[in-house]
Amino acid sequence: MPFLTSGYPDQETFVKLLYEVEANGADLVEIGIPFSDPMADGKTIQAASREALNNGMTVRKTLEMIKSMPRKLTIPIILMSYLNPIFNYGLRDFCRHASDVGVSGLIVPDVIPDEGRELERVAEVFGIDVVYLLAPTSSTERIHMILNQSRGFVYLVSLAGVTGARDSLPLALNQWIQAIKEQSQLPVCVGFGISNVSQAKEIGRSADGIIIGSAIIDIIKKQNSTSQILSAVGEFITAMRKGLSHDSCYYEC
Amino acid sequence: MLQNYSGRPTPLYYAKRLSDKWDGAKIYLKREDLNHTGAHKINNCLGQALLASRMNKKRIIAETGAGQHGVAVATVCCLFGMNCTVYMGSEDMVRQAPNVDRMKLLKAEVIPVTSGTGTLKDATNEAIRDWVTNIENTHYIIGSTVGPHPYPLMVRDFQSVIGREARSQMLEFEDCLPDAVVACVGGGSNSLGMFHDFVNDIGVCLYGVESAGEGLATENHAATLNKGKPGILHGSLSYLLQTADGQILPTHSIAAGLDYPGVGPEHSAFKDSGRVKYESISDSEALKAFIELSETEGIIPALESSFALAFAKKLAGSMNPSENILICLSGRGDKDLANENVARLINQRTQTRERTTDVHNIKNICRLHTNRPESLDALSDLGLSGSGNFC
Repeated sequence: MPFLTSGYPDQETFVKLLYEVEANGADLVEIGIPFSDPMADGKTIQAASREALNNGMTVRKTLEMIKSMPRKLTIPIILMSYLNPIFNYGLRDFCRHASDVGVSGLIVPDVIPDEGRELERVAEVFGIDVVYLLAPTSSTERIHMILNQSRGFVYLVSLAGVTGARDSLPLALNQWIQAIKEQSQLPVCVGFGISNVSQAKEIGRSADGIIIGSAIIDIIKKQNSTSQILSAVGEFITAMRKGLSHDSCYYEC
Repeated sequence: MLQNYSGRPTPLYYAKRLSDKWDGAKIYLKREDLNHTGAHKINNCLGQALLASRMNKKRIIAETGAGQHGVAVATVCCLFGMNCTVYMGSEDMVRQAPNVDRMKLLKAEVIPVTSGTGTLKDATNEAIRDWVTNIENTHYIIGSTVGPHPYPLMVRDFQSVIGREARSQMLEFEDCLPDAVVACVGGGSNSLGMFHDFVNDIGVCLYGVESAGEGLATENHAATLNKGKPGILHGSLSYLLQTADGQILPTHSIAAGLDYPGVGPEHSAFKDSGRVKYESISDSEALKAFIELSETEGIIPALESSFALAFAKKLAGSMNPSENILICLSGRGDKDLANENVARLINQRTQTRERTTDVHNIKNICRLHTNRPESLDALSDLGLSGSGNFC
């Protein structure tokens, strides 16, 4: 599952990128609504968020952009937003409008399951799954809570830290993924830090899906033109997809 | 530790000269500036350092705006033998330079934060990012009544010693409670610490004073409770300065410690219930109060505390001498002398004083030589053309 910051590097290229990742084998796409204070994000996504905000991106524009795409995506769309922009928009309006444009799931990194009941209730009315993040530091009690309250899949955070491509990931990661899978029927998708095919292969041995954000934005930054961006991201997604053994979409689309 | 290390209880001081000058209510100052490290921030840091020690965390991180919290954290880290990293907005590092040096002397690593607006909220973001990365060995000492639960309550409880002491000191001095209690509000720790013990004293009016910066009609202020609307930042729901799209707005205050777009959630509750009135004071009003307390009582207040003083001045004018105002003097102002606005003001005051001295000397000369008109020219050279009639 690739992560793209809404409206980055610009609105037009962003929409083309959505089609590009779809065409190159992404099973789902996560769209990040930019926020001025992205606490869970490392430097790469911080910079992309800032640029998107400078381009005038908002919650409303993100939803409008998805709505006005010439052809609907065939893969599910998961929206990621910090709570304040969607709280400000109005939870009910947000879920209704997101549902109208075909959004399937919602990740809100600064909502903890203890505080997420209202969001879950509203999202459920509009058929949107709320996905919680499970961290390596989550206690047994919290793991149960997160697995019980997550819908669609569970987002397993690979390491203690913020988003951003890393050269290496924790050694016991697969063991931990396995342990979580034994406790739940939910597909387990792993994100944070994944930057290359060999890491994806390794994690793919136990995870149901991998989420890649900063590595893609790093690629986008290095290109000089829209066509270069599209082909470079397309190649990256293809390579990643090949690295993963299973090819089915575990998400109930 | 509060007693022998920090110097508690801090005195309650009846500011007679200031009361006379303001010609209204009697002014009492709770001297939190006399704490070790020069502000109330140490109250919370000692408490949280004990907690970190109990949790066996060897590394401490913190955010700081004015640097007072950073200095207090660096101080307790020396005392407890812990490693210390402080995140500070790059803009704040410039305007609060003396505190940066103090932190460095106390072995803290001070990391400049350039992301966002380079002020307190961005330093807080960076501290949170560090915390989630190093949580195994690191405790995050948040300096104000903000952040995720239980920080707002914990910080308030560690700061409530201010109001507890002040309340009993007032009873001792005046045999009654104050009519009004005034404290500045950035994130809100000195004010909540001061208010907490007075909340159930219905007859006591509580005033929180925000920074109106260059004016509430401009975009350059930090008056969250006066101008914000509810939102979520740093893990709590509270009033927030934000755009129509829910993005956090940059703030402005001459006082770095008030330069924050959020506010403690308990303050938001007090605003909604009406128990505390939230007022605002502009940068220039605060600067006047800064000078006034310095010159009248020989006490140099922190710029942050000067916002409380400036509002208390207005309030005092509408009260009578049988009534009392208790002001939380949350910190000392030495750190602010490097601030360009303060430095400029001090310069102006010095020049005015020199000029006044010159006028005084020339007046004496005039008295001796009333037949020498060139003395009057000298006065006019000093820009005091109307002063000829002194002679």
